[in-house]
Parts: sequence; structure tokens; C-alpha cells
Amino acid sequence: MLLLIARRLGLGLLVALTVMTLAFMLTRLSGDLAISIAGPSATQADVEIIRKAYGLDRPLYVQFFSWVGRAMVGDFGQSYFFKDSVSNLIAKRLPITLTLGLVGLSLALIISIPLGILAAVRENTWLDRGVTMFTMVGQAIPSFWLALILMIVLGLNLGILPISGTGTWQHFVMPGIVLAFTAIPALTRLTRSGMIEAMASDYIRTARAKGLSRARIIFKHALRNAAIPVVSIAAVQLGFMLGGSIVIETVFALHGVGYLGWESIAKNDFPVVQAVVLVLAAIYIGLTLLSDILNALLDPRLRTG
Amino acid sequence: MSEPIAIHAPLTSRVGVAGFTVGIVIVGIIAVAAIIGNQLVPHDPFTQDLGNRLKPPFWMEGTQAGHLFGTDQLGRDYLARLVYGARISLLIGIMTVITSGLIGITLGVLGGFFGGRIDDAVLFAITTRLSIPVVLVALAVVGLMGSGLGLVVATLGLLLWDRFAVVARATTMQIRSLDYVNAARCAGASTPHLLIKEILPNIASHLAVVATLEMALAILLEAALSFLGLGVPPPLPSWGLMIAEGKDYMFFSAWVIMVPGVALFILVLGINLVGDGLRNLLGSERSR
Repeated sequence: MLLLIARRLGLGLLVALTVMTLAFMLTRLSGDLAISIAGPSATQADVEIIRKAYGLDRPLYVQFFSWVGRAMVGDFGQSYFFKDSVSNLIAKRLPITLTLGLVGLSLALIISIPLGILAAVRENTWLDRGVTMFTMVGQAIPSFWLALILMIVLGLNLGILPISGTGTWQHFVMPGIVLAFTAIPALTRLTRSGMIEAMASDYIRTARAKGLSRARIIFKHALRNAAIPVVSIAAVQLGFMLGGSIVIETVFALHGVGYLGWESIAKNDFPVVQAVVLVLAAIYIGLTLLSDILNALLDPRLRTG
Repeated sequence: MSEPIAIHAPLTSRVGVAGFTVGIVIVGIIAVAAIIGNQLVPHDPFTQDLGNRLKPPFWMEGTQAGHLFGTDQLGRDYLARLVYGARISLLIGIMTVITSGLIGITLGVLGGFFGGRIDDAVLFAITTRLSIPVVLVALAVVGLMGSGLGLVVATLGLLLWDRFAVVARATTMQIRSLDYVNAARCAGASTPHLLIKEILPNIASHLAVVATLEMALAILLEAALSFLGLGVPPPLPSWGLMIAEGKDYMFFSAWVIMVPGVALFILVLGINLVGDGLRNLLGSERSR
């Protein structure tokens, strides 16, 4: 078990380092950063001053290693636009994105697990097909479009929720629904197939032969085994959701990390872009690590490294 | 897994085939509209007519004869733009799948076939790719390098190869030591021959399913990027861009976002239905 964790941790660190390299290269794609920071009206002298001030006159590898070295201790440098340190900015915005992610994931699980169980125990009936159809439809709805429709219906026509902003808990409801919607199809399908497989297994036949009630078989025996892939995917899905929340945060003007990323891309604020890519990747890596550990706890067969 | 019960089987296959057919029909109609639609629609998608702004479509009151789906905020014919947008969506979907397919299938087949160190490297590449937030990185690339159709395709292609690699790797592993591959190897076939003539054709059907999924995803992502203003540049009528442009008017005339949104939804649903149908066909083949 410890060996497993150690190996996964090592792999995670290596992946994080690779992502850092990629993020660094990414922000150098635009050519001369000093010119894009200075803006179109800057003179040659201004550009030179900026190049010196931001350390862009140093060789690329020096810039890279100094960035990596500082990032290791949580120092991502200064934002060019916000006049604040990047770490401060992210620390301020991260709770909003995490709240959104947790609201979205909880909603998604509340809807998709019962739906998946229902479809599995009524396999091959119209109910099952209906659930499958629902997941197909859900997969095809563009999230930003669903967001706009909710704004019109819930925000304008019914007037029960604020259309955009960050102030209160109500501001998280619509984005949460939209974010949940992006995860529901995959989670429902997974619960369904996991349940179907579990229901066809030998230990369920044994449980039936013992004369246990149907509800007990479904919830005690089958669900516990079907839950393994769902738990593992749920953690990974949360990582994807946080990464994908940039679209939803931007539509709803919810000032989380995703919105910060979008703002800084628009403003050419590359230390922030680099840091946001890295933070989202690190969260994803952490969540997959967590899901591996959870899996091993739920399923003793997976405990050998 | 136990065999499906005979009484229920016809229902599943009947519905499955129906879904597949519906999917093919939807994608077919949209493809035809994308290719020859501009000859059927009597308007140009770029011609502005400021006297005829935001005219509603034919099912609403106050509609303008000749503009079946109404006009946008600059008086451009919405149907003409919709048809042109179909071309953009399909083009981006297909080009992205070709790019990402080439990358993913190459990596997956190599890793699955050779195993060992090569496979470790492929697995590492997949893990790294999965930890990169796609939308953010795509936005950053387009934001830093300037928007454009080719750049969107290249960016999405470089980001969406993971599922191709995962499936190609797993299926290659399953068949690499089967009799016919070994027979070909004993007959003196070279490694490239084995990979291209023996392995690829036999995993192609699985890759086709992945291709539909990735195409749908690429189309949705392009729409999202264009919606955020960092995808296909205006005045090109990408459906995502049409929704973005309509956003300012959606509270007064909701149809400006409904029309391109529904088009996007139907196209993606159609592609997914085709993919689901393909998967069911494969599934029934396997159990036989």
C-alpha cells in the first residue's frame, strides 16, 4: 500500500514537472513577451525597460529554472496586470472554483447514481433506453449554451436566481447546475454498466440463493462493488470539471481561477497564465492520486503496488 | 457476463439500429447542407443589411419574407450563416480527428505493440496530457498566437489524442500475440508490415468509435472557444461565435441564441448516435 502511494506520488511529481515545462513553453509561443506587455504605443526604450524589469533579458533556461525554483515554494512572481502577487490572486480565487466544483460534483452524483442504478436494475426496458437517451442528450448540449438558457429561464423569466456575479450562495446555483450537467452523462453510464456487471456476478447469485431481499442485494452487495469505478472516476471528473469550469465561470462572471485564467490570457499576463495552468494540473494530479488510494481502500485486490 | 435474455434482445437491437439510422440521417443532412447549402440559400452570409436587423424567424410574428431563420444584429441572413457555420463545425471536427488520430494511434499502437520502456513512455505521455486543462491551454494558445481556423485545428488536434492512444494501446495489446499476428511474424513480415497490415485493420473499428466521440468533442470545444472570442475570428459564422454575438440580444429575442445552439446540439447528438450505434454493433459482434 505504501509502495503504491510512493510510486504514484513519484509519477505525479514527474508529470507536474513536465506540465511546468509545457506551461513555460506555452507562454513563450507569442514571440517577444516584452513587446506584448508594453503594448502597441510603447517606444523601443520602454520595451527595453520592461525587458529588464521582468527579467526577460536573461537566457530562456535561466528564466525557466528561476521560475521552477520559485514555483516549488509557492512563489509565482508578480502579476503584470493586477499589481498583486500571483500566489495571492490564486489563493483568493481558488475557493470560488473549488466551491463550484464541489457543488457541481455533488449535484452530478445525486442525479447520476440513482439514474444509473435504476437503468441497471431495469436493464433493456424502455426505462433503461430512456436513461441512455438522456445521457446522449446531456452529452450533446453545449455547456455555455445551457448556461445562457438557464439565465433566460431562471434569471429573467422566473427571476429566482441572479444572472451573473460572485456575491452570494445563489450565484453558485446556476453555474453548479451547468457544471453538474457536464459530468452527469459519464457518471450515469458508469454507474449503470458497473451495476449491470455486479448484478450478473456470482456473489449476487449467492445472495439471491440465500433469499436476501432485492433491495438488500442491490444496495448492500451490488452497489458497493459498482461504486469502485464511480468513486475513482468521480475524483478524476472533479479535476476535469475544475479545468472545464473556465467556460462556465466566464459566462456567469464568477470570479474563480478559471475566470482569472481567461482574464490574464486576454491581458497577456503570462505569469498568471502559467500559474493557473500549473495549479489546475496539480489539482488534477492530486485528485487522481487520491482516487487511486480510495480505490485501493475499497478494493483490496488493488493494494499491491 | 451472462448472455442477454432472448426476449429483451430484440428491443435493444431495434432501438440501437434506430438510433444509428437517425444519427446517420442527421449527420448526412447537415453535411449536405454544409456542402451545397450556400447554393440553396438565396443570401450571402456576410452581406449586412442594417435596415433589417434582428428580424425573427418564420415561426414568429414580424418575420421578414425571404429570411427563413431571420437576420442577426447586422441584418445578415441567419440561415445563410447557419449553413456556413455547419461547414466550419464539420471541417474543424474532421481535421481535428485526423490530427489527433494520427498522434494518438501512433503512440497507442507503438506502446501496445512493443511494451516495456516504450509503453512506459506512452503511458507517461497520456498521463501528462490528461492533467493538462484542455480549454485553458487551448484558449492560451489562441490568445497568444492569434485566432484562426488552422490554429484552432492544430491546437485541438494536439490536445485531444488521449482517448485514441488509450484505446489503440489497449486493443493492440489484446491482439499482438494472437495467432494471425504470430503467423505473419513467423512468415518473416517486417515490424512496419505487422503494425500497418495486421494490427491497424483489426483495431480500426474500435478507433472509429473513438473518432466519433472526439469529433463531437472537438466541435463542442471549437464552439466554446469561439464563444469566448478566442476561436474562429469574425466575421466567419462559427456557431459558437453566432451564440456569442447573439448573447447581448438574448433577453429580448431568445431565438438568436436558440437557432445556432439547437443546430450545434443536433449535430453533436447525431455524431454521438452514430458512435453509440457503432459501439453496439461491435458489442454484438464480440458476443457472437
